[in-house]
Amino acid sequence: MSIRDMSLEDSGGTGREVHITYFDGTRRKLFIVDEEVPFPEGRLIVSRTDAQGIITHANESFVRMSAYAQEELLGAPHCILRHPDMPAIAFRGLWDSVGQGKKWHGYVKNLRKDGRYYWVHAVVVPNVRNGKIEGYASVRRKPSRSKIAEYEALYEKLLAEEVKA
Amino acid sequence: MNYVMTISPDFNIKFVPGWFVFNSWLQKHLGQGIKLEMFMDFPAQQAALDSERIDLIFANPSNAATLVRERGFVPIARPLGRSDEAVIAARAGGPIKAIDDLKPGVRVGTTADPDVHMMCMIMIEAADLNATNIALQRYDNFIAVAKNLMRGGCDLGFFLADMFNEMSPGIRKELQVVVQSQIFSVHHALLAGPRMAGMREQILASLTGMNSDAKAKGILGDMGLTGWEEMSREDAEFMIDLMDTLTWDLQS
Repeated sequence: MSIRDMSLEDSGGTGREVHITYFDGTRRKLFIVDEEVPFPEGRLIVSRTDAQGIITHANESFVRMSAYAQEELLGAPHCILRHPDMPAIAFRGLWDSVGQGKKWHGYVKNLRKDGRYYWVHAVVVPNVRNGKIEGYASVRRKPSRSKIAEYEALYEKLLAEEVKA
Repeated sequence: MNYVMTISPDFNIKFVPGWFVFNSWLQKHLGQGIKLEMFMDFPAQQAALDSERIDLIFANPSNAATLVRERGFVPIARPLGRSDEAVIAARAGGPIKAIDDLKPGVRVGTTADPDVHMMCMIMIEAADLNATNIALQRYDNFIAVAKNLMRGGCDLGFFLADMFNEMSPGIRKELQVVVQSQIFSVHHALLAGPRMAGMREQILASLTGMNSDAKAKGILGDMGLTGWEEMSREDAEFMIDLMDTLTWDLQS
């Protein structure tokens, strides 16, 4: 998988350097800023990927919340949004479900281009055309603060277990 | 053969004459007899769809999804630059000013409009509210929701944004917007049923040409539209996929 490293400049020169390893062994350098950007009221983030998880559609809310330009998002792998605080097992459940043609939903901490983060309640559905999965549509909406607190604690625990293993 | 056209019951009453003029215009363009039937509520329209009497429909997103995937309807066009959005409103000067002010037990006035209800339920989800911890009160139409909101019969009202924005100044000043959706991807669509599916290209050409004819342009204005743009099968499939994600785990 081809994915570009983040730069210190992207984070306004204040990010802390972290390295993340994706499912296929690809490593990426990140610059993290521990600051949440609130999900705007009434909006939905909509994106589509092809069957390999490459972004093919990004709506205006996605562009705005991710802090990437639309041209940067299109053609990039969806895991460009993966925050290092998210355990790998959370995404394994996603891909297992949608790969079997099922819907998936979950609470996700997403990484922005500037190193800050935003929480979403994500629902992903496979785009089935003529009986074949051609890609995936993902819609993210505003999660409640109680759900964020619940999943923050859960992911922290899962991540610690992954690190230990 | 005479065909039957209808429009979604969430229409704005002031545009009804425009739809009748459009129907006459379309009959002339297609050289076909088409009768326009209006239904005042969603159950009545559903009964007509179930009895397979409808050949052409300006459908709301929920109905469009079912008709395309399950009933063999084909998408033709969608209104140019226009999407379906929802408004959640409360009494002006009352304690509810934002989603964070909402508490379990809140009394919510809603209608049978499935899309508006769905969009608004999604927006209150951010306050940990769902159908199990709010008091839902169903009213016949958006005006009835507004009146009950003003009288204190409910604390919150769900509205189609277009309808809310068209309410009289007297009603509007009694209400305040808590949140308005900005989804952009969900919209009404004109669909042809199986008996008219073969006329799709002819209908589409007529619709997309309306803006280049002064008289037809006037009809569009009378329908509250600025034009039509093609809606392909893939456009419809994508909107249906989105609707699928939006109805996920909503307890309505």
